[in-house]
Amino acid sequence: MSDVITTVAAPAAAPEGDTPKLAVHDLVKTRRSTSSAAVTAVDHVTFEVHVGEFVCLLGPSGCGKTSILNVLAGLDAATSGEALLDGRPISGPGPDRAVLFQEPALFPWLSVAGNVELALKLTGAPAAERADRVRTWLTNVGLEPFADVQPHELSAGMRQRAQLARALATEPDVLLGDEPFGALDAQARELLQDEVQRVWLERGGRKTFVFVTHNVREAALLADRVLVMSAAPGRLLEEVRISAPRPRQLDDVLVARVVSDVHELLMREVDRARIEGSDQPTVEAEVDP
Amino acid sequence: MSAVTAADTPRVGARRLAHEIGPPLAGLAGLVIVWALIAALTTSEGVPSPLEAWRALVAGLDDGTIVDATLKTLIRLGFSFAIAVALGTLIGLALALNEFARRSIRPLVVALQIVPFVAWVPIAVIWFGATERAVVFVTVVGSFPSMTLATMAAMRQVPPILRRAGRTLGADGWTLYRNVILPAALPGFIAGLQQAWGFAWKALMAAELIIAAAGAAGLGHLLAQEAGDVPALVAVVAVIAVIGVLVDYLVFNRLDRRVRRRRGLLLEG
Repeated sequence: MSDVITTVAAPAAAPEGDTPKLAVHDLVKTRRSTSSAAVTAVDHVTFEVHVGEFVCLLGPSGCGKTSILNVLAGLDAATSGEALLDGRPISGPGPDRAVLFQEPALFPWLSVAGNVELALKLTGAPAAERADRVRTWLTNVGLEPFADVQPHELSAGMRQRAQLARALATEPDVLLGDEPFGALDAQARELLQDEVQRVWLERGGRKTFVFVTHNVREAALLADRVLVMSAAPGRLLEEVRISAPRPRQLDDVLVARVVSDVHELLMREVDRARIEGSDQPTVEAEVDP
Repeated sequence: MSAVTAADTPRVGARRLAHEIGPPLAGLAGLVIVWALIAALTTSEGVPSPLEAWRALVAGLDDGTIVDATLKTLIRLGFSFAIAVALGTLIGLALALNEFARRSIRPLVVALQIVPFVAWVPIAVIWFGATERAVVFVTVVGSFPSMTLATMAAMRQVPPILRRAGRTLGADGWTLYRNVILPAALPGFIAGLQQAWGFAWKALMAAELIIAAAGAAGLGHLLAQEAGDVPALVAVVAVIAVIGVLVDYLVFNRLDRRVRRRRGLLLEG
């Protein structure tokens, strides 16, 4: 292990003191599969995220990381255990927790600016200041020239930038990302990652970001802490703290070292799973597609 | 966007118009040629030539009978269609919102949809007599079920991701419906309007043809009155067809294309 990352074998115990921004305790989420048998997607997961932290949930497809995110977003209810926002149980979605979806989730009948404006309108921003805030955010993500364009006319990367603008325009405390850049090509993904890192840094310590990803490089680039999950049913395997300075670049030596360390850690998990001969699928994570 | 500006230059606009109405005109010309051939080959009085039908049409337009009947029919249709759309949409929304209502009432609406509208004519006459109200009743019953089913389907086909996105942006209850679900359902709703229009037009013609209300005059009534005059009958049928097609193309098809183009649901040829 290098000096830039620290691994903690079990999920870290909560530091005593201030209330975490987000917390899940003993979270279990089962879902009904098509054969109507209940499948455990998330198996007794506990972790906390503090104000201003950037946390990535890293794990293979189907490990339940999206289920955790949906519970935090308030879109789905936990089967058992609890999910807390500022120490209070999460009972539903709200504009205090914006979500970046992987699928295109822009409203196709509205222009790019219209999408951002609707978010402001729904949170009760006065009509007089909406236009200004829409312009500010579109400029922030480099979409100002495309304000009046319909979402379907944008590239996939630009659509995600528009979604980012829509999510952040209302100044939410929390941004939840559900593999938002998973379907993008490498260039578009890097631009978006830089964008997200920049926005998070600019709001220095006030915005809490939780991203789900299966991409080790993305996690190493963005996160303060990476929560590594096992294959289904999803459990927390390890927590990796990354202290590399920011802003980080994918070709930073430190980031590259974190990537190889985390990757090695995951490979060890794969071996362990194989040696134990468990019937669970092995852990696989993607270093770079 | 460049396509829009290109269409504004007259030459390209003309070419596009030719591209758009060329094929249907060719189809119509083909129909008239086949019709003329059949009329020439048969000696029966039952098959008038296109020219005879055209003369009957011109005569009907000249003496005002066809114009008058068309206007009365369109007023009746506008009234009935408005009722059918309002009723169908309200029931469709209610069924989309409530599962129990959906499961209990949807089969009844499907049954109404399946019963041929002509079957309502005798009942309508018994309930309302040979009156305007009977005609309106048949038209509404003939078209509102398709509006109901289309509204329901349109609401249920809204992609879940858009609902979820709307909820995370802070919309719920009525705000979610107004800002997300109803706009998302619009293309399906327009398809329903188009379909209901077709049903309303057919039901109205059947009702007018059979229910000869005192003093009533409509295209369907003309069909009943001109029973002996085959060229006149053909002229009236042509008028019925042309109005039906024109409204379908100029109103509903246009609306549908405009909404779908805006959402990127239309492949531009």
